[in-house]
Amino acid sequence: MKPAEYYMRDRQHHAPALTPDYKTSLTRSPQYALLSLENSLSEITGPVFSHNDIDPLDNDLIKNYSHGGDPIGERIIVHGHVLDENAQPVPNTMVEIWQANAGGRYRHKKDTYLAPIDPNFGGCGRTMTDADGYYYFRTVKPGAYPWRNWVNNWRPAHIHVSVFGAAFAQRLITQLYFEGDPLIAKCPIVQTVPDAAAIEQMVAKLDMNTSIPLDSIAYRFDIVLRGRRSTLFENRLEGN
Amino acid sequence: MEYLKETPSQTAGPYVHIGLAPKAAGFDIFKQELGWDIAGPNAAGERIRVEGCVYDGTGAPVKDVLLEAWQANADGHYAHPEDGRDVEDGFRGWGRVITDFDTGLWGFDTVKPGTTSGRNGTTQAPHINLWIVARGINLGLNTRLYFDDCDNSADPVLNLIEQTHRRQTLIATRHEDSKGVTYRFDVHIQGTGETVFLDI
Repeated sequence: MKPAEYYMRDRQHHAPALTPDYKTSLTRSPQYALLSLENSLSEITGPVFSHNDIDPLDNDLIKNYSHGGDPIGERIIVHGHVLDENAQPVPNTMVEIWQANAGGRYRHKKDTYLAPIDPNFGGCGRTMTDADGYYYFRTVKPGAYPWRNWVNNWRPAHIHVSVFGAAFAQRLITQLYFEGDPLIAKCPIVQTVPDAAAIEQMVAKLDMNTSIPLDSIAYRFDIVLRGRRSTLFENRLEGN
Repeated sequence: MEYLKETPSQTAGPYVHIGLAPKAAGFDIFKQELGWDIAGPNAAGERIRVEGCVYDGTGAPVKDVLLEAWQANADGHYAHPEDGRDVEDGFRGWGRVITDFDTGLWGFDTVKPGTTSGRNGTTQAPHINLWIVARGINLGLNTRLYFDDCDNSADPVLNLIEQTHRRQTLIATRHEDSKGVTYRFDVHIQGTGETVFLDI
């Protein structure tokens, strides 16, 4: 058997494009049906990265923008595996994250929230999964912050996560939330996802056993990318 | 039969630049940002620039888009083990650009790709695969860019588009001047002239 197409993306498991409670989606959602394609070489390939593309410190957000000190905030470890829908690890794939600081402020020239910038916190990191699909970051827990949607909307604490996988068909950006956050249920962006179990996949779980005593609290966050068929019979992906 | 389910997508949000293009967010943190050099110095083929704008359903340019490109080299080879054929040293075939915060214009330099093999023995016309994320887009939008000076008549994907006039939304237009060759490719997320988006 050889690997072939990726499983169809289950679009009922994702947010639809048009989600009126998240107002910006109203004018940024296609109205016509997507054209559904069976995979060709263009979709089952995708960019390949190596450790030469990044620095070892890139996954340590407590140190990677230090200007003489550590950032303010709750020190946390975020770790887990990147898997596919067959529960197989996705090794050597790039994982990138970005987030607000502990006060809920982004280091971004377009963010004008009144909470202060932290001089020792950039708010972005990246790493490669190992042979088992495992990854980890060290950072500070981001703060909640207000955003313009309704008059009084607050984003739950979250970390943006970007994953490549092995193919352009697996490319994914999601957000990581934190177990127990009461803002999750109130957030129009989280709630674009229609299924409660699907939302639960985006909630990182407190992981006491991985926490470092007297130092950092750990959260576990496994990421699942699309799985892949094996060819039982020739499916003529490559032709002939 | 139980399988794991894909983690749901969420919008990249307005501050996507912090993570994926921090210099654009206003700070310098990484030794090298990824995706600014698609073809590398050794790639064969015609050097081109691709430019465009992404428009929302009101016709306004979207100024916080991040766009990724994935393409084969001039011989039609992808830099990936599933393709398995050689590419030039330094050719990755992948790029990442953001739109200008004021104008919404984006652009990247690359080489024009060659034809690639499609399913069932077909040949795909030269194209660049695109993935578009932004605030307000819940799940990244996939599309393809084809070239108006290539023969696209037998392309198996373009020919799947039932309303034939909509095929034009995937075809970039060539311009030449003293600076070189530029293809213009505008994306309309919604409404009049809506781009054909792909469920890959």
